[in-house]
Amino acid sequence: MISAAFFYLFSAVVVASGFMVMSARNPVHAVLFLILAFFNSAGLFVLLGAEFLAMILIIVYVGAVAVLFLFVVMMLDVDFAELRAGYIRYLPFAATIGIVLLLELILVLGRWAISPELKKTVASPFVQGASELTNTEAIGNVLYTKYLYFFEAAGLIMLTAMVGAIVLTLRQKEGVKRQNIAAQVARAPETTVEIKQVKPGTGL
Amino acid sequence: MEIGLPHYLTVAAILFTLGVFGIFLNRKNVIIILMSVELMLLAVNINLVTFSSFLGDLVGQIFALMVLTVAAGEAAIGLAIVVVYFRNRGSIAVDDINMMKG
Repeated sequence: MISAAFFYLFSAVVVASGFMVMSARNPVHAVLFLILAFFNSAGLFVLLGAEFLAMILIIVYVGAVAVLFLFVVMMLDVDFAELRAGYIRYLPFAATIGIVLLLELILVLGRWAISPELKKTVASPFVQGASELTNTEAIGNVLYTKYLYFFEAAGLIMLTAMVGAIVLTLRQKEGVKRQNIAAQVARAPETTVEIKQVKPGTGL
Repeated sequence: MEIGLPHYLTVAAILFTLGVFGIFLNRKNVIIILMSVELMLLAVNINLVTFSSFLGDLVGQIFALMVLTVAAGEAAIGLAIVVVYFRNRGSIAVDDINMMKG
């Protein structure tokens, strides 16, 4: 009963904040509503028994992706009101497509059931609470053995994304003083030090 | 009433539709489009985790982890492209991006 109440709370907030993401006037508010949507879907994941993914969602999405969005929105000096100019014009088209898509998805969900045969095809069986393992331990057992190559491929994707982002945004600025170690080492005393005999009582 | 699989799938369907809706509605603002894509990926993740939980199969959660990875990389590179584009053009309107056309 209490989990049903929490399900309705979380899903209502997710849907409401998803709606606000696309309709908020200020993009900073849109990012904050995106963070709210991520938090509440992490709550949905906890209800589903996927605690590890819930924590990853908060750490990766709220901690990294959403903050990155916030940085970019605040860094770019863009007139966001101007970008909303065609908003009303696109509304009927967007509403038609959205409603058709939603109706189709709901129709699929209405007349649909899981085949009992499907239980035989389960690849990595795990039922919450049936064994001593927690969700995180169970995921670790599967991820680092059966799906090790997928895990390493995910690491490669992250490396590519990191290199790509750095290559794209790095630029050489003019007029910045940099240390040139080779030039410093190559200096000889003859070119840098001058010895002068100063007579007593007179200056240079 | 017991909360079952269709409830979660309905939430995911609504969220996915909102993402598509957002892309069509904010056709000029790249940042909002990227956020809508993130919403759609979140809806897909909810679907994967729901099936994983109700079928008792962990592979769905592994797959959701992979989707999360790709989404994070996509956001990083997408935002880097937006920053470079803004540096070159001084605007992020989608209409101006056709300058790469041959």
